[in-house]
Order: sequence, then structure tokens, then C-alpha cells
Amino acid sequence: MANLKIKVGTLQLKNPVMTASGTFGYGTEYSDFMDISRIGGIVVKGTTLRDRQGNQYPRMAETPSGMLNAVGLQNKGMEYFINHIYPTVKNIDTNILVNLSGSTIEDYIEGAERLNELEKIPGIELNISCPNVKEGGMAFGTSCLSAAQVVKAVRRVYKNDIMVKLSPNVTDISEIALAVEAEGADSVSLINTLLGMAINSETRKPVLSTITGGLSGPAVKPIALRMVWQVAQAVKIPVVGMGGIMNATDAIEFILAGASAIQVGTANFIDPTVTIKVLDGINDYLERHKFSSVSDIIGAMEI
Amino acid sequence: MKKFMLDLIIKENVQLSNQYALLILTSSDKLPEMLPGQFAEVRVDGSSEVFLRRAISINYVDYSKNELWLLIQVVGEGTKRLAALKSAESVNLLLPLGNSFSIPSNKDSKVLLIGGGVGVAPLLFLGDFLKSKGIEVNFLLGARSKADLLQMSEFERFGTVYTTTEDGSHGEKGYVTQHSLLRESKFDHIYTCGPTPMMKAVAAYAHKTNTNCEVSLENTMACGFGVCLCCVTDTVDGHLCVCTEGPVFNITKLKWQI
Ligand SMILES: Cc1cc2nc3c(=O)[nH]c(=O)nc-3n(C[C@H](O)[C@H](O)[C@H](O)COP(=O)(O)OP(=O)(O)OC[C@H]3O[C@@H](n4cnc5c(N)ncnc54)[C@H](O)[C@@H]3O)c2cc1C
Ligand SMILES: Cc1cc2nc3c(=O)[nH]c(=O)nc-3n(C[C@H](O)[C@H](O)[C@H](O)COP(=O)(O)O)c2cc1C
Ligand code: FES
Repeated sequence: MANLKIKVGTLQLKNPVMTASGTFGYGTEYSDFMDISRIGGIVVKGTTLRDRQGNQYPRMAETPSGMLNAVGLQNKGMEYFINHIYPTVKNIDTNILVNLSGSTIEDYIEGAERLNELEKIPGIELNISCPNVKEGGMAFGTSCLSAAQVVKAVRRVYKNDIMVKLSPNVTDISEIALAVEAEGADSVSLINTLLGMAINSETRKPVLSTITGGLSGPAVKPIALRMVWQVAQAVKIPVVGMGGIMNATDAIEFILAGASAIQVGTANFIDPTVTIKVLDGINDYLERHKFSSVSDIIGAMEI
Repeated sequence: MKKFMLDLIIKENVQLSNQYALLILTSSDKLPEMLPGQFAEVRVDGSSEVFLRRAISINYVDYSKNELWLLIQVVGEGTKRLAALKSAESVNLLLPLGNSFSIPSNKDSKVLLIGGGVGVAPLLFLGDFLKSKGIEVNFLLGARSKADLLQMSEFERFGTVYTTTEDGSHGEKGYVTQHSLLRESKFDHIYTCGPTPMMKAVAAYAHKTNTNCEVSLENTMACGFGVCLCCVTDTVDGHLCVCTEGPVFNITKLKWQI
């Protein structure tokens, strides 16, 4: 057994396999299929201060090797999370991170303040990259100035780990990464979904109610891998890589590109036990290549 | 109910027509318990076009033979692949998913199960279940023409079958909601599954006649077990996931304009 333990910012992960926000519910939805405490970290569904109904149906379009979604951060709000979800998820023996989103800087601050109260939440994933809500979300993550402002404001009030989730819908993602690093982010995670769209030629109508949506799955992997590599070159803080990871080989590619940990998203829909397979596959790879620890292969791509 | 990911084996693929196939699946292990109205998410292998699983209703479960039946209508690449599976091939499924039809506690209840097209699929299992509870079952099945009426002899095992076809080749001519049965009899419970316009017409009839009515929705899904939030329908309680809060909804919960 190789050493899979890894430190990401201030988080101690038992292994580098995490689950991506919005694809793993609150974790417990998967407990029929596997032992969820084996995962290195679970990032729960995007949470906003107040409850959101999300966008109208239809919210999903299947695409070649991927899917578009336009969920629009449907969630029951922070109060509900604290009173009804936290009491259950706090007992899961792994790192539970809350993916925090907001429409204004004040929302982010208030949300982060509320999360300070929760002893078993070691950190937040600050979502400044959701492409599916009109106000806020990606608006913050696509300019260095506003990304820096949100991180600065949240850093001032939030005492635990801050992982900032970056949008790929920008010209230069490294610039944004550097801007949030400068304001005290403990790590960055990337990529969120890529803005895309689908049309039904028979009906001549858009497939999604919102016309555009976020693309995920293997279709985005080469772009995600390139961005993880670029960001890892640019910043000193740890990078968490995701985008189209379907198996251990994909995960290892992200780690070789410079990711300290990875997140599995859309793949969970097709195989709800995929995270365990990725985890075991990483261990097999390390043993096969005679590495004693996963940290030995971070950024170890040989050029 | 506990959910499972299982590899089942095709025992038989019965080609009902060039558009419909009945997959009879089995396993060396005992199949888990399932309820009428629930569905499975079936993985489609070997196609680069099909990325996500496909939602398919539980058509029938024969526990004595350890068989699960799935009725497939070919509409695209995924269902085409499923309908082409051969005996002894293996299929990966997540099941049982979703809620189920509610079963009346009163054995004397008059129930009518209305299905259209491939929407008849969950009604066979429901008919079996109701009959086993001692409830008399009536089916009203609609199709374009006689060739599209599926599993007729199976339905007849569990109750009285009424039919409509659009071309009049079987039963009464027209749509299910035009059948004389609906004018002549009054039911306590109606269960329906089929194309949305049909279900809306049935819901409108139920609403008008003050009949309790449950519909089974077929929203497009990515996961099937409540994590992606892609499959929502608008209800009096806000957006609810069809895959976990449904697929069966009482019409009083939906915001349908009927
Ligand atoms: C709970 C549930 C139970 C279902 N039960 C059955 C069943 O027992 N038997 C069966 O044959 N099918 C059933 N379906 C529908 C089935 O899931 C779709 O027909 C299938 O996903 C289509 O896949 P495809 O790759 O063949 O077609 P695609 O290429 O994905 O689509 C072909 C066409 O069908 C339309 N379509 C795709 N999915 C749906 C959908 N969910 N509802 C309506 N139109 C759709 C598309 O818009 C497109 O026009 C069920 C769906 C749900 C949600
Ligand atoms: C249905 C769906 C919902 C998502 N919801 C969120 C969310 O609430 N917050 C967030 O930061 N990312 C969300 N994402 C993005 C994923 O966390 C991830 O960044 C993206 O899907 C790329 O990874 P993947 O290709 O492995 O899925 C969502 C993705 C999907 C498919
Ligand atoms: S299909 Fe994913 S939540 Fe219903």
C-alpha cells in the first residue's frame, strides 16, 4: 500500500480523491453503493445564503462524451444546511467541504461567517465560477479584480481553509489563480464547467431552458488538464484538478500535471462507485511504478 | 429502499416489433425487492454516442423465476443498443430507483390503469401488485394501431383490458380519454403513464370527475438518484426531482394547467 495521504492547504486528506460539488449531493446519497468515508474529501452541493429554486426544466443535455447542465444552484439555503444536513454529514469520517456561492460579496461574507460555527467543516470551496446563474457566480470569477475582492472579503471573516474554485471561461486562468493566491486562498480547484449550448434541430429550440449551460465530462478533460498544468506552474498554493476524470489514469494525468488532489464529478452519475475505483487505481499505479507516496508524482510530468 | 448496482444477464430478448423489445434479465443472486412505478438506470456499453445511463421502468418482476423485465422502445442510439442486446450478455443497472404508485388500502376500490405507448411498461407490474392485494384491476391501453399494443396477453392475466387505437384497428377508435368506459364508469383511483399530452388529458378528466390520480413522469435524467438535480418538475412544493420524489406524482402536487 503506497502512502496516499496528502496535505492540501490546511486540509489533511487521507487520499487525493475528492468529489466535485453538485455531482455527489451530500455524500449520503451514495452510501448504498459504497463506503463513502474512504473518499479523501466530499464537496457538497453549491450552497447559497438563501434558498434557490434553480432554473426551469429542462436543465440537462447529453453531448458527445459529456453533458451540459443548467441547474442554477438549486439548494435549500445555509440555514437549512446547518439545521438539517450538517447534523448528518458531520458524522461522515472524511473532510466535508461546503461549496459556497453568492450573488453579492455580502452574501459570501455572511455565508462564510455562518460556516465558521460548524466544527466539523474544515473548509469551504469558494465558488466564483458557476456559469448558470445570472447574478454573481461566474461574474466574480472572470475578472482578477472581483475574484480578488471576494477572496479578500471572505478571508477576513473565515477562519478555516479556503479553496477557490476557478472558472475556465476566461482568457488566462493563471492570472485569476495568482490574484486569489495573493488574497490568501489556501488552494485553488479547477475547472468548473465550460459554457456551452445545445439546439434541437427538429424543434428549432434550445435544449436547455437557459439556452446556455455548463459542459462537463470527458469532453472537457484535455482543456482541464492544460489549465491545471498552467495554474500549477504559476502559483505556489496547491491545485486541485478536475474536469472529465473517469478513471485512475485520468486522475494520475492531473496529478502529473501538478494537481495535489483531484475531484471526480460527472463520472459519479455513470458509476456511483467510481471514486473507490480511482482511489484503488492510484494506489496500484504507485506500486507498479515503485513510488512510495502519491506526493512523489505531483507535477512529475517529464518534459 | 436500498439501491444496488448490479450486473444482470440477458435471459431472453423478445423482439416485439422492430420498434419494441422486451428484455428478460436474470441473475445468479436473488433480485432485490422492487415496487411498481420504480425504474432502473441502465448503462449502455460500446457506444461513443451514449454517455449517460438510460432510465427504464420496471415492467415486471417474477420473483419465482428471478426475472426482471424491461420494455424498450427504440427512439435513439441508447435504446437501439439496449434493444439489440443478446442472450447471455451482461447489463449494468442501478435499481430500484424512485418512488412507487400508492396502493389503496380499501380492497373494494375501483382502479383504472391508463397507459399509452411504451408508458404501459410500469402498469403491468402495478396490475400484478394490485391484483395480489385483492384489488380488481382495469386497464385502458392506447396506441397508434394494433401493432403498437404491447404485452396484451400479459395484461389480461391481471385484469380487464380496454383498448383504443388511433386508426381503429383494435378496440375503440380514438384516444384513451375518448373511451366510452370513462363516460360510463366512475373510478376511485386512476394511475397513468405515457406521453405527456395523454397524461395531461387523463389528469384533466380525473380533476373534472374528482378522481384520485397519479401520473408517472419521464423527465430527462443524468443520474437517476437525486444528486444532479437535472430532472426537476414544478410542484406546489417547488422544484422536486422526478428521480427521487417521483417518478410518480399525485396530480394535486403538480402545477399542470388542467
Ligand atoms: C423514469 C423513466 C422511465 C422510463 N421508462 C422507459 C421504459 O420503460 N421504456 C422505454 O423505452 N423508455 C423509457 N423511458 C424513456 C427512456 O429513458 C428514453 O427514451 C431514453 O433515455 C432515450 O435514449 P436514446 O439514447 O434511445 O435516445 P436519445 O438519442 O437520447 O433521444 C432520442 C429522442 O428521444 C427524446 N428523449 C430522450 N429522453 C427522453 C425522455 N426521458 N422522455 C421523453 N423523450 C426523451 C429526445 O429528446 C430525442 O428526441 C423512461 C424515462 C424515464 C425518465
Ligand atoms: C449537474 C452538475 C452540477 C454542478 N453543480 C456545481 C455546483 O453547485 N458548484 C460548483 O462549484 N460546481 C458544480 N458543478 C461543476 C463540477 O463540480 C465540476 O467542476 C465540473 O463538472 C467538471 O468536472 P467533471 O467533468 O468531472 O464533472 C456541477 C456539475 C454538474 C455536472
Ligand atoms: S436525475 Fe439526477 S437528480 Fe434526478
